[in-house]
Amino acid sequence: MIEVRKLIKRFGLKIVLRGLDFQVQPGEFVALLGPNGAGKTTFLRILASLSRPSMGEVKIAGYHLPSQASAVRRRLGVVSHLPLLYGDLTAEENLRFYGRMYGLPVLEQRVTEVLELVGLAARRRDLVRTFSRGMQQRLAIGRAVLHDPDVMLFDEPHTGLDQDASNMLDNVLREVAVMGRTVVMTSHDLARTADLASRFDVLSRGVIAASIQSSEIDPNHLLAFYRQAVQES
Amino acid sequence: MTEDVSQPLVATPKPAAGFLRAMLAVVWKDMAAELRSRELLSAMLVFALLVILIFNFALELDTKTRSTVTAGVLWVTFAFAGTLGLNRSMAMEKDRGCLDGLLLAPVDRSAIYFGKAIGNLIFMLIVEMIVLPVYSVLYNTNLFNPGLLLVILLGSIGYVAVGTLLSSMAVQTRTRDVLLPILLFPVVIPVFIAAVKASSGFLMGVEMAEIQPWLTLLVVYDVIFTAVAFMVFDYVVEE
Repeated sequence: MIEVRKLIKRFGLKIVLRGLDFQVQPGEFVALLGPNGAGKTTFLRILASLSRPSMGEVKIAGYHLPSQASAVRRRLGVVSHLPLLYGDLTAEENLRFYGRMYGLPVLEQRVTEVLELVGLAARRRDLVRTFSRGMQQRLAIGRAVLHDPDVMLFDEPHTGLDQDASNMLDNVLREVAVMGRTVVMTSHDLARTADLASRFDVLSRGVIAASIQSSEIDPNHLLAFYRQAVQES
Repeated sequence: MTEDVSQPLVATPKPAAGFLRAMLAVVWKDMAAELRSRELLSAMLVFALLVILIFNFALELDTKTRSTVTAGVLWVTFAFAGTLGLNRSMAMEKDRGCLDGLLLAPVDRSAIYFGKAIGNLIFMLIVEMIVLPVYSVLYNTNLFNPGLLLVILLGSIGYVAVGTLLSSMAVQTRTRDVLLPILLFPVVIPVFIAAVKASSGFLMGVEMAEIQPWLTLLVVYDVIFTAVAFMVFDYVVEE
């Protein structure tokens, strides 16, 4: 579903990604771990077609980036630590707006379905600026799944959430993953990713330093695996 | 070769219909958000009214001299208020990551540009339509001249066409509030010169033959810079 070969990303003289290789099979949930400044967000922004690769090949669902970016965007849902929502619009107005941008054919029905999925149907007519951070993040997931994408990218979705809101977000993430979507999620929170992901990749110094299936590792050893991968990179 | 994956919910629209739909969606979103917050319009309006008020007291002019400076005072007011609006309009997209949300949509990105530009133009025209009668009263000058209204429309289109493009560039920087006027004003000098000359011509009853070159310059500028923005917006907003 996702194929990345020899990806290099430079910002001026600074090289952030150094010939990164990365593959994800359909239906996999990959947790992308790594220290600050490792290039996780830059990598996700390239996958999301928000940033152009300096060199290398990026293919999502068989479409090349950046040349077939529009086809990729149609199959992609993105959630970042920012909600990407308009505070002065209501929850349903936000979804309706994004639905129009994606050209959804049966918009009202889909908006209702998504609001129920993220547990915000009762607050559909409330302004987003009155929502708590957790509710905004759930609506952000609703926005990202509105067009029923095959691939979901999550960039530190738990940032700024309290324990309850994080738990609620995890439930929504599980529901999203159960629907057979391919998911790539960056995170610092190893404990949370241990419960969600089917594979763990460690991104360090601009390359994938280590990768392991969740079935091959005891969740209690994940921290040791991560530390070793970062140290050896 | 393309992989065999299930079809997404999003249908591949006809390009023109998709472009128009996305553009109108952005305009609708800007109008709906502004109707609730009134943040942008009120800031532009208060600023514009303060500027003409300050000019009124600063320039203690006789009636004849007033008519000669009217065009200049008006366009300075529109330019300053317009910069405020352009900055705020794009900052609203950037602050909560909404610009990324727009860029993730599977539409031609120039539809986003045109949507934002039309929204900005509507806000600017609303402010101008309020400023004109206030100016008329304060300066005791009749500004309800069809020719002047045409110049204001053409000048505003040129200003907003360039301003929307440059504000989407400036908003990516930390110094966006300062950077926009520094980038914008040198580029829109032809619009200001042409707009002031044409406005002045209409207000002073100059013959159409003398005003025509300035109107032509405004139209040419509008067409060229709208076309340039259409071509480069995708590159401006992508990292």
